[in-house]
Amino acid sequence: MRLWRKPFDQDEKATRPSRVVINKDRCKGCGYCAEFCPTGALAMSQEMNAKGYLLPAVTDDGKCVGCGLCEAICPDFAVIVISGDKDKKDGEVPV
Amino acid sequence: MTSVTIEQKKSLDTYLRVDRMPHIWCAGCGIGPAVGCFIRAIDRAGLDADKIALVSGIGCAGRVAGYLRLDSFHTTHGRALPFATGLKLGNPNLDVVVFSGDGDLVAIGGNHLIHAARRNIDMTVICVNNFNYGMTGGQLGPTTPLEARSSTSPYGNFDPPFNLPRLVSASGATYVARWTVIHLRQLERSIAEALNKPGFSFIEVIGPCPTVYGRMNKQGQGLDHLHAYQERCVVRNWADPGEADIGMSGPIVVGKFVDTDRPTFWDHLNNVFKKAQKKR
Repeated sequence: MRLWRKPFDQDEKATRPSRVVINKDRCKGCGYCAEFCPTGALAMSQEMNAKGYLLPAVTDDGKCVGCGLCEAICPDFAVIVISGDKDKKDGEVPV
Repeated sequence: MTSVTIEQKKSLDTYLRVDRMPHIWCAGCGIGPAVGCFIRAIDRAGLDADKIALVSGIGCAGRVAGYLRLDSFHTTHGRALPFATGLKLGNPNLDVVVFSGDGDLVAIGGNHLIHAARRNIDMTVICVNNFNYGMTGGQLGPTTPLEARSSTSPYGNFDPPFNLPRLVSASGATYVARWTVIHLRQLERSIAEALNKPGFSFIEVIGPCPTVYGRMNKQGQGLDHLHAYQERCVVRNWADPGEADIGMSGPIVVGKFVDTDRPTFWDHLNNVFKKAQKKR
């Protein structure tokens, strides 16, 4: 399909390469982040933390679009989404 | 080497007392997302964090005052609103926020709630409603729906509950909204609006209590609660708060119900003060 007009807010709304960081000590394994991730970048794993809670894990780094829903819904403030520069598409995410 | 510019975003840890984490709330508790929304709403509303005073009562939600790196006070049971009233009148430049639970604000502090709304004191009240007294073992409270089981109503509740938006709007609040913890963006926007609103603003946040209330009513884990909210919630802004009753089943009406303007307590006080000064 040929687009002859591009949306005015395309640059602003474009997804950014992003990375999800999970604080394993704080997580209580409720599963909210994995359940409500819109792109399926997070899933519950079999890994346990020191307290015996099952942790979520990032299944595919490239899938994260940086919407920040996991960060917002986490009851334990254990998820942080770090977004990179929107101009760099090739998965360049700050450390 | 290419340089990558990091988006200047404040993380939640900016406002959290990180040394007290992990917190005591259970896995899947609804208070955590509500606190997160409040923290992001501070930035969205453009407030100065040094001018915010956070007051909490007793209970699970009362712990918020201890977990946030703001000027905060953990009051006695039900007395968050009187303390906040005094704080606001003592220093009217402060943005006073009361963050507490239904058992604190509506049960033992119910009288303070209606009178704070009647006087229209300029503050924001965020009430996390989990339908019971969670911290003390799941006793029946004034927000427990009819027929719900709790540790003091093992055969089902026969007390009709309060409808909080109706109670508060009838008492004279200028901003009344209700959201659940699944409506994260709406809740954040609503709290930001309420923080900038002069007058008594009340936001009810419905949150799951999977450990006590959910277990006794066989509603499953926190995830099942959230899925139930997705199915049951109906967003109806400007709905009549009288139609927003919550039962064990049936729809939960959420949205922004009231947004009006009315002179605050401080305005009335100043008017009378000026008149009295002229007479002297």
